[in-house]
Amino acid sequence: MKLKQYFLIIFFLFFLNFSFSEEKNLQKEITKNLRCLICQGQSVYDSDSEFANSIKSLVADKLDEGISEKEIYDYLKVRYGDWILYDPEFSKNTYFLWLLPLILFIFGGAIIFKLFNIRKN
Amino acid sequence: MRIKFLSTLISLLFLIFFLVLFKGLKNPNIYTPSIIYEKKIPNFRSQLFDSTAEINSDEIFIDDKFYLLNIWSSWCVPCRYEHEFLINLKKEQNLKIVGLNYKDNIDNAKNYLEELSNPYDILISDKNGLIAIEWGAYGVPETFLIHEKKILKKIIGPISYDLMNEIIELTNL
Repeated sequence: MKLKQYFLIIFFLFFLNFSFSEEKNLQKEITKNLRCLICQGQSVYDSDSEFANSIKSLVADKLDEGISEKEIYDYLKVRYGDWILYDPEFSKNTYFLWLLPLILFIFGGAIIFKLFNIRKN
Repeated sequence: MRIKFLSTLISLLFLIFFLVLFKGLKNPNIYTPSIIYEKKIPNFRSQLFDSTAEINSDEIFIDDKFYLLNIWSSWCVPCRYEHEFLINLKKEQNLKIVGLNYKDNIDNAKNYLEELSNPYDILISDKNGLIAIEWGAYGVPETFLIHEKKILKKIIGPISYDLMNEIIELTNL
């Protein structure tokens, strides 16, 4: 009987720990995807500036309120623009950005293909 | 013939890339996203500076007057530089200055205002920086010119003499 109780207590503790860390991980993930706008080349997660700390606490608050990851990004995007996200969305401003590697890949492939064909002939 | 065409094409492409990147070298590497004018002001609730009472943003920005929201802090050095311009702006009849005290210690903030005099008509405080985020602000100092619940102008960094004159001009249109 006692063993069972101990087991339950330990299980419960681990469970609590686990569920708490889950939430932390999501916060970490979100803040890693956000650019610290006043620091150069740092994410919100990495930075300890006033701005980054505010954003961190905001993300924590929003997660507590049960707001989804995407909604948090949208909230920040309205206020700071696409620039705050490390992963810009596919929109008319970013067509070139997203399609350029693909175009280069196809173009390069075509060049290689042609060169090989010429060599063969 | 074909190889010649290809090599000229490749070198041309290379040259274009080189020129684009070379030109990019000369641009400043600090990027500020374009500021959207005529943006509506956010709704928020905040604590008043020297009491525990709370105020809604609707109660602050009410009539068709011009408002200047200035984000400041006692620990912010450029805020001291812009302070004299804020005091000048206080003389404007149709401009109300709202001070948002950002992440500050209240005693330090009070000393700061005593030392440099108080240019603000309304003072609210933002203890954890969340209201500043609501406004899309980066830090201190930052200033927004507001008319009819729309942001006319956003100034990142301290107000200068020229910017002060620009604000006066805009409010007297």
